[in-house]
Amino acid sequence: MSTAVAQKRGLGAVIWDYLTTVDHKKIAHLYLVAGGLFFLIGGLEAMIIRIQLMKPDNNFISAGLYNEMITMHGTTMIFLAAMPLIFALMNAVVPLQIGARDVAFPFLNSLGFWLFLFGGLMLNVSWFTGGAPDAGWTNYAPLSTISPGHGVDYYVMGLQISGAGTLIGGINFLVTIVNMRAPGMTYMRMPLFTWSTFVTSTLILFAFPALTVGLFLMMFDRMFGSAFFDVGLGGNAIIWEHLFWIFGHPEVYILILPLFGAFSDIFSTFSKKRLFGYSAMVFATVLIGFLGFMVWAHHMFTVGMGPIANSIFAVATMAIAVPTGIKIFNWLFTMWGGQIKMTSAMLWSVAFIPSFTIGGMTGVMLAAAAADYQYHDTYFVVGHFHYVIVGGVVFGLFASLHYWWPKMFGKVLNEKLGKLAFWPFFIGFHLTFFIQHFLGLMGMPRRYWVFQEGQGLATGNIISTAGAFLMALGTIIFLINVIYTSVKEKKVSGDPWGGRTLEWSIPSPPPHYNFVQTPLVRGLDPLWVEKMDGKEGMTPAEPLGDIHMPNASILPFTISLGLFIAGFGFIYQVDDPTWLIAVFAGMAITLGSMLTRSLKDDLGHHIHKEELEEDIKKGVGKS
Amino acid sequence: MADNTHSKPVHHREFEKKQHREEMKQQVLTFALMILFTLIAFGMVIMEVNSYFIIPTLIILAVVQVAFQLYYFMHMKNKGHDMVALMMYGGAAVALLTIITFTSIIWW
Repeated sequence: MSTAVAQKRGLGAVIWDYLTTVDHKKIAHLYLVAGGLFFLIGGLEAMIIRIQLMKPDNNFISAGLYNEMITMHGTTMIFLAAMPLIFALMNAVVPLQIGARDVAFPFLNSLGFWLFLFGGLMLNVSWFTGGAPDAGWTNYAPLSTISPGHGVDYYVMGLQISGAGTLIGGINFLVTIVNMRAPGMTYMRMPLFTWSTFVTSTLILFAFPALTVGLFLMMFDRMFGSAFFDVGLGGNAIIWEHLFWIFGHPEVYILILPLFGAFSDIFSTFSKKRLFGYSAMVFATVLIGFLGFMVWAHHMFTVGMGPIANSIFAVATMAIAVPTGIKIFNWLFTMWGGQIKMTSAMLWSVAFIPSFTIGGMTGVMLAAAAADYQYHDTYFVVGHFHYVIVGGVVFGLFASLHYWWPKMFGKVLNEKLGKLAFWPFFIGFHLTFFIQHFLGLMGMPRRYWVFQEGQGLATGNIISTAGAFLMALGTIIFLINVIYTSVKEKKVSGDPWGGRTLEWSIPSPPPHYNFVQTPLVRGLDPLWVEKMDGKEGMTPAEPLGDIHMPNASILPFTISLGLFIAGFGFIYQVDDPTWLIAVFAGMAITLGSMLTRSLKDDLGHHIHKEELEEDIKKGVGKS
Repeated sequence: MADNTHSKPVHHREFEKKQHREEMKQQVLTFALMILFTLIAFGMVIMEVNSYFIIPTLIILAVVQVAFQLYYFMHMKNKGHDMVALMMYGGAAVALLTIITFTSIIWW
């Protein structure tokens, strides 16, 4: 069901279709739109922060509002922009790359999206109900437990709901990749993007429960009078930091690893070479995933854990530079001697290598525990993590969107506009964040809403703000490109790049059942193997037959809506017990929907052989 | 499905029957053992055995029961459960390492 067909139906029908869809390709669209929207909101918050820090003693926004801005910028960008955009890519690509017709649990896939969306909406509702969360995205106790108003309550409930969605999504992709690979696709024949999705999902599975526990403790402290983090009543405020970072450090690998996978696919496609050191790349991905769990306390060197703990965590952290280095060199060797085509996707990917490497090197500097006492909570840290997150994750998202846009929407994003968006963003990025390392070394602390005249910080800050405007310009050009492409550009074939992996063997956008016949995989880069044998498209692994597909359902939406309503009840029952009605009503909707799901048999539907033959006549089987 | 099983050759059916009987025997045996373990555990607590003895014994009994549950009742001993085992042991290893870190170097 392509967008062209969808446009012929009424708007109401299209909206209903998206509300109830369990199709991974449409869920990818939903993630893309919602994540993109939150990315713009987070970007707007970043601009406000940079305008406030434009000149000494600026009064653009008040101190309290500034705290809300930095908190919401961080929270939105990590949980509501980067994660869903990564899920958009995973949904759009992974089932196609492994030759599957859908994910393992289509219903859960949809549930994961709606939980994320309602959690994100809940967080942002706080702007209009008397103040957003203001304790930083890390929400350290006791600052967060004594923060007045309901801001932090929104943080707790919003992240709890969207976190559940992420956990569901992660489990779904694990099961999908373990169980639904096409015949012949062994683990060591999976494309790197699928591999990194697999490792990322494992990290989600093991890391998110720590956040869930932390948020529950925080919820009980703030709403039900417990004292887990209250030192005065025998609690321990440091426990929050540990729980948060046991989750938080794997989280940064959850963000970057899928893009590492995407870069690997992009480099090999546009260099017309197979990925250099495939098995080393897989090994490095798994190793980064494993080591990611053993380094959380490097965020807490100044807490006072003692020299032994600090040294062990410092060494463990530096060890991660080794597998990351393996990856950097393998990407360089993949390009070496290849027939490089500098498309926009490739441009973002090539720019990623030096940018991310700078972030990696400052990471090793920060990992040196003794030196960290100097850097801690300064702009040096801000510079570091923006180099890895923007230089790695955001560059990766732009590269992947350029690369997979034709697969998702059937049109190649305009190359000229793509490159035009890249340059201001790239220059602006380095302008904004490189200088921040030096501001940090000069002693500018992070999270302060003003700096003063005569501290020598004015020049650096105005340069940084100028860079931020260039990044905004780049983003706007990208958005113009999206609109321009959807209006002006022509449809392309299913394989516009000369692709190597299975997703390029089917039409763009793919039919709703993806593969008419499940393909037979005969090696790494399966489509390339067939092309080198002079064949057109994949060899089928099964005869043409009926295809079983899941039915659409509104229940994921209502389950999430119920939790959204109940969330407000939990937040406001502190002021007035009548709000408990919202808790009960919301939980009734959620549990009622779950009961309906359990009791009602929903066996899905079949697409019959005759319909498939009709589709093949129209040219669906070939790319 | 029913047709499929009948179309199998006789010796094959015999083999499957034997396997099922074997499986059944193992299930009943482990089930009996698990009940016995539970009785022993409760018995020791009721008879107020020395706690230096009772705590490690209870932990060992619990571990064995979990293993029975996973391997016999949830079929982890059968083929095709490699990934499940990898995930479980991986997760347990990470959790254990975290606990060791806490108890040995952070809050020692």
